[in-house]
Order: sequence, then C-alpha cells, then structure tokens
Amino acid sequence: MALFILFAWTVAYVLGRATGYGPSIGLGIFIFSIIYSFVSYFYSDKIVLATSGAQQIQKKDNPELFRIVENLAMGDGIPMPKVYIVDDPSPNAFATGRDPKHASVAATTGILERLNKSELEGVLAHELSHVKNYDTRLMAITAVLVGFISLITNMFMNALWWGGFRDDNERDSRVQGIYFAVAIIFAILAPIIASLIQLAISRKRELLADASGALLTRYPEGLANALEKISSDPRPLRTANTATAHLFIVNPFKGNGFGSWVSNLFSTHPPIEERIKILRSM
Amino acid sequence: MTLIVIAIVAIIILFVFFAYNSMVSARVRISEASSQIDVQLKRRTDLIPNLVETVKGYAKHEKDVFENVTKARASLMSADTTKAKAQANDFLSNTLKSLFAVAENYPDLKASQNFMELQEELSDTENKIAYSRQFYNSNVLDYNTKLQTVPTNFIANIFHFQPAEFFAANDKDKEPVKVSF
Repeated sequence: MALFILFAWTVAYVLGRATGYGPSIGLGIFIFSIIYSFVSYFYSDKIVLATSGAQQIQKKDNPELFRIVENLAMGDGIPMPKVYIVDDPSPNAFATGRDPKHASVAATTGILERLNKSELEGVLAHELSHVKNYDTRLMAITAVLVGFISLITNMFMNALWWGGFRDDNERDSRVQGIYFAVAIIFAILAPIIASLIQLAISRKRELLADASGALLTRYPEGLANALEKISSDPRPLRTANTATAHLFIVNPFKGNGFGSWVSNLFSTHPPIEERIKILRSM
Repeated sequence: MTLIVIAIVAIIILFVFFAYNSMVSARVRISEASSQIDVQLKRRTDLIPNLVETVKGYAKHEKDVFENVTKARASLMSADTTKAKAQANDFLSNTLKSLFAVAENYPDLKASQNFMELQEELSDTENKIAYSRQFYNSNVLDYNTKLQTVPTNFIANIFHFQPAEFFAANDKDKEPVKVSF
C-alpha cells in the first residue's frame, strides 16, 4: 500500500516537472480524486446491493442463514450486519459496507441450496472478515489512487497533444528533457501498472479474509469444501460486472478464455486451488 | 543538547500514553465480552424451566433428571466469577445431555412442536455461548499477551494491571455424564 502511494506520488511529480507546471497541480488533482471517491465510498454499499438485485431478509425469512450470520458476528465482536439474498442460481456471496457498523452481507439462492451448514459458515465468515478488516475502505483508497494516476497521465497526454506546456525558468533544459522522456514512459505504463497493483492488493486481502474467516470458525475445512463445490459450478453470476467483481467470494466471471497466466494477473481473486491448499494446510 | 533531551522525554511520555490506553481498551473489551457471555447464559437459564415442564408433561417419573437439571440451573444463576460460570455452564450441559437422552424414550415428546422449538432455541443458545466465549477468550489472550510482552509489560507493572481469566473449566472438576434408563 505504501509503495503504491509512493508510486502514485512519483508519477505525479515526474509528470508535473515534465510539463513545467510543477508538483502543485498534482496535489490539486489528488484532492479532486479524494472528494470524488469519498462520495462513491459512502454510497458504495447501496449501489452494489441495488445493481445485484439483493433483497433484504429478516430472521423469519431464512432463520438458518440469519442465525449463522448472527453467531459469526458475535464471535467477531462486530454488530450484526444486514442480511440480503440474491435470487441467482450461481453460488456466490459478497459483503459490503465501509465499516462494521454499516455492513451488509448477501448470499445467492444458488449458494444456499448447494452448501451445507459448515460450508456456509466458512463462506460467511470469510465475508464478515472482509468487513472486519475494513477491506471496502482499503479498496476505495486504492481506487482513488488508480483514478488519480489515470487522470494525471491523461492530462499529460492532453498537454502533449494540445501543447499546454509552460515556458519556465528551468535552467537546465536537459534535465527537463529527461523528465519529459521518463514522463512519456510513465504516462503509457502507469495506468496499467496501477491496475495491476490494485489487483494484487485485492488478491492479498482475499487470502487475508480466508485466514480471518478460518480463525473465526476454527474450521478451515468448511471453507475449503465450499470453495471446491463452488468452483465445480460452471455458471457465471448473472448480475456481476467488473466494478463489483472483487467483492464476491469467487471470481464471478468464469471461463475467460485467456491464457491462464494472464488471467491470473488480471484476476481480483487468487486461484481457487491455491486458496484450498492454503486452507487445508492450516 | 536540551532539545534532544526534551525530544526523548516527549517520546517516552507518548509511549506511556499509548501503551496505557491500549491496555485499558483491552481490559474494557474483556468486560464487554464478558457481559455478552452473561446475556447468552441468561438466555439459556430462561429456556430451562419451559423445557423441564414440557418434558415433565410426557415423562413424569424421571425425577432424578429433572432434579439434576434444576440444581445445575440454580448453580449457574448463582455463579459470579468467570471460573464458577464456566464450571456451572459445563455442569448444566451435562445434565441437559441426560435429559435429552431420556427424552429419546418418549416418541410423543419428541414429536411435540413445543419440544422441537425449545430444542432448536437451546441449541442456538449453546452456539451463541460458544461464539461469545471464543470472542471473550481471544480478547483475554490479547490483553494477557500485552501484559507479558515487552514493552507494554513495563506499563502493566507500573500501573498494576492484573491478568484476566480465560473462560474454561478445569478438567478434573467436570462431572461425568451418567446416563441410566
């Protein structure tokens, strides 16, 4: 995370120096990105729940699911999150919410049908751990940084095209030239690198949620079995999209058709076999 | 030179500040977790009289079982220390095992709606007790670790923090289950 921030700052500084505007414009754009992301951060859970078609349930609608979530929240010492069900045959679950006090947990009808109690507990414990580890907040911050990098490289490219450079007192024009060259490289590569870093962070947090969930249930085999069952189901989730993919317990897009190394690099989740192996070694 | 001394003193004061606060927060979390356990224990003791009456309706003659359950319930309600509660809780679980074993003999009882609901409630309460125990114990672990590891143990000694107890009964104090038909 710290390296990511350093990377973002470096990009901004280099581009700022190259265009001759200096690093202060970087700050301005940074602040704008923060404000923009603040708003989306506060409403992110409502947006995600609406786009996935989730229905909130009370205890009487599905007492078993409700009780499982209730008991797990008690084991973690967090307030009880709101429980939702998504009507979709593909087995999956997600959790959203900026902190444990404003959390929601959802499960598809597909997952409720297919998993037994201990497997469902494993899955929900993983989701609750996302909430407890403030992963939504973390991913929102990384989204800010990625957006910021994209904006700034965009501005630079625009300046290149429309000639928005300022003639200033840069004494050594060769230094400016070097900054310029590096800036072009950065402008092309930085957005991709930023996305890759964001995905790597997402994968690490998924493994952390697996481990926290196993610590909560004291039964990693439950989640391992659940992951096996889910990965054997070939159906993709109907309402998934790239913006929310990282929230789900397994990658909601199945059968990408990419070379497997490339698709792993661009995946928000670590490969399921690796997750199962780690869980079974606990 | 004086600047360095001031800086060092400031750092020490800040450290004491943060360490003391973290220990106090850990201690407060323990007492909150403890009251959570109490809430669930109370739920359990509240369910017992209803359960005993329901079973009595079908199995009047099993006096020993009822007596044991009632005694165990009373001991749980009067327990005040963590260890006493843990012991009484385990004792109650054992007597309830006998009660449910006896209920196996009465198919009318097993089929009654009331009994099944009570069984489910009781089983859920026992799960809740287990989870609140887990949470309590993990907080106690955190606090006790802070008490013993450097550097927070200095603060702990200076301010006389006491170690907390885990929620567990001693093995030799558990009553063996005697099931007789």
